[in-house]
Amino acid sequence: MSTPDAGARELTMAQAIREALAEEMRRDPAVFILGEDVAEAGTPFKVLSGLVEEFGTDRVIDTPISEAGFTGIGVGAAMTGRRPVVDIMFGDFLGLVMDQLANQAAKAHYMSGGKLRVPLTVRTTLGATRRSAAQHSQSLHAWVSHIPGLKVALPSTPADAKGLLKAAIRDDSPVVIFEDKMNYQQRGLVPAGDYTVPLGVADVKRPGRDITVIATSSMVELALAAAAQLGPEGIECEVIDPRTTVPLDAATLVASAQRTTRAIVVDEGHRRYGVGAEIAATVAEGAFFHLDAPVRRLGALDVPVPFSPALEDLTVPTVDQLVVAVRELCDRA
Amino acid sequence: MTPARGAADPSPLARKRARKRPGPDWLRAYERMLKIRLFEDRVNDLYQRGRMPGLAHLSSGEEAVAVGVCLGLRDDDYITSTHRGHGHCLAKGAAVDRMFAELLGKAAGYCGGKGGSMHIADQERGNLGANAIVGGSMGIATGAALSSKQRGTDQVAVCFFGDGALGQGLLYEVMNMAALWRLPVLYVCENNLYGEYTPGTETIAGEALARPRAFGIPAAEVDGQDVRAVHAATGEAIDRARAGGGPSFLWCNTYRYSGHHVGDVDRAYYRERDEERLWREERDPLALARAWLIGDGLTTPATLDQVHAAVTVEVDAGVAFALEADYPDPSKVDADVYA
Ligand SMILES: Cc1ncc(C[n+]2csc(CCOP(=O)(O)OP(=O)(O)O)c2C)c(N)n1
Ligand SMILES: [Mg+2]
Repeated sequence: MSTPDAGARELTMAQAIREALAEEMRRDPAVFILGEDVAEAGTPFKVLSGLVEEFGTDRVIDTPISEAGFTGIGVGAAMTGRRPVVDIMFGDFLGLVMDQLANQAAKAHYMSGGKLRVPLTVRTTLGATRRSAAQHSQSLHAWVSHIPGLKVALPSTPADAKGLLKAAIRDDSPVVIFEDKMNYQQRGLVPAGDYTVPLGVADVKRPGRDITVIATSSMVELALAAAAQLGPEGIECEVIDPRTTVPLDAATLVASAQRTTRAIVVDEGHRRYGVGAEIAATVAEGAFFHLDAPVRRLGALDVPVPFSPALEDLTVPTVDQLVVAVRELCDRA
Repeated sequence: MTPARGAADPSPLARKRARKRPGPDWLRAYERMLKIRLFEDRVNDLYQRGRMPGLAHLSSGEEAVAVGVCLGLRDDDYITSTHRGHGHCLAKGAAVDRMFAELLGKAAGYCGGKGGSMHIADQERGNLGANAIVGGSMGIATGAALSSKQRGTDQVAVCFFGDGALGQGLLYEVMNMAALWRLPVLYVCENNLYGEYTPGTETIAGEALARPRAFGIPAAEVDGQDVRAVHAATGEAIDRARAGGGPSFLWCNTYRYSGHHVGDVDRAYYRERDEERLWREERDPLALARAWLIGDGLTTPATLDQVHAAVTVEVDAGVAFALEADYPDPSKVDADVYA
């Protein structure tokens, strides 16, 4: 769906997200933003700066610090003709919002036999290494990916961030988008004009013949760095970003693994019972008879995220770990 | 035991305002209350005969709250409801046959059998759904009010919840926002004195009405057994909401005649037979309405008997329809997960 590169500009991920919101708010008067410090402050990450100046405080609404309350208000507004974009400052605060997401937003359409619709978008963050300790660093996308009725997107580039967000806003189901807060200043080419990235379509970020590296969110950058390092060794990695965990583009992932005969998943959620585990199982089931090695996973260490840089850096997947794991899988250890 | 909180008559001002408004069709209000009563009787019967899957929470005894509130609403006004929601749904105008079908898990039900007793939604009449999470719909109702305000309509949203739901923090979050943003929402607490098997006296500290008032939300206590009183208080609140005056809170004193759910039969350990008898015999919303309808010359016993006969026929037909209706096709199991 992306337009040709003519007119593409280099933007940060924050700028791309802001552009997506501005375009959707111009296009559809039902779209509005609800969250803490979203208006004049433009959020602590300054992702939304400038929007309130264009759209006013009726459409960029600062809320009290009441995540469950304003997410619930988002659900009700979505049911009655609005398209709210709810801002949950840190993914770690999802715990406060979970009933509204998992029991209300996710289930209304099904429980009502398809009558009620909840076109709600929730934007939130994931990702460690910001030295923010255990309650501001988690990657909790597995929580919501587990709940039927919710769609879940994790952009890895500015272009995807823009296209996925626009698709989410136009979707009639609730969508939760996780942005890696370490990536807001990451730059990348963003196509000009109106485009969306459909939910449920993986993107091959780098083609390769020897091993399939499935990476999500900021782990894509890490996977591309590992691939660059492994290329000269004669190992060509195919790096694929599913872009959405729900719906999951299993066909693309499985087809790649069948071709390369090897696969590894890198995801920043905890390894245990995580998104990485689900993707690995999906690939193992679908490509088993083609595989030359077990499917592996790299994820966050199963500990709360520690504060000290000396410790925190031990908890997240690294380029070196991925390089070693890929070499092992390709019998080049 | 007598009702825990004094049952207040509508204020003189409320009565005056109510008189100015075109009077409601009280006979219709009576008919709706009766429909709820007979509906719930049949639900209990279906349960006892093993014809209904799962459980249901009956609202017999609380009819005047649902009907008194919904009498003042338009079809396009919103309500959100609770696990004890049959009455709200009927009061908002739902059809008994499709409700019974939903309760029996049939395809013809309001939700195609996917919701059941605790999740009936009837969006055509603004019913955004019953909710099995205590307090779970407070955000939804408040959001619907924000939506009407943003769209520039004068629709209002009514959020029904029980006294037990006062324990949910969500209420205080959304009342705060509703007050800050002057949202057209009415919080209606059905104080039936218990949350499951625990009396409110053990769970509610201080004055319940002080809670909305702390947010600057006008709050009134109403005799929930008197449909006129409920209607009058609701009318004031709805007028205020439609005129941009923001949220209100109604505390309706009422009582559920039967158990917490249809299976809650032995209740002696948490409430006394005498208390139940007193409410049934002296505070029954149908008996009270019948008395003043006849006393004030608004109707005759013969007319009320006709209403009773007609509603009985309607409810019995609804049960028969639901019993004969088909179960959903297995192919529906994974339909409507996503819109
Ligand atoms: C969040 C949540 N906690 C507990 C329950 C179990 N539960 C169902 S109904 C109920 C009592 C609710 O009391 P109240 O709000 O007063 O409503 P009532 O049943 O009296 O109408 C409880 C505790 C639930 N459904 N949801
Ligand atoms: Mg109660």
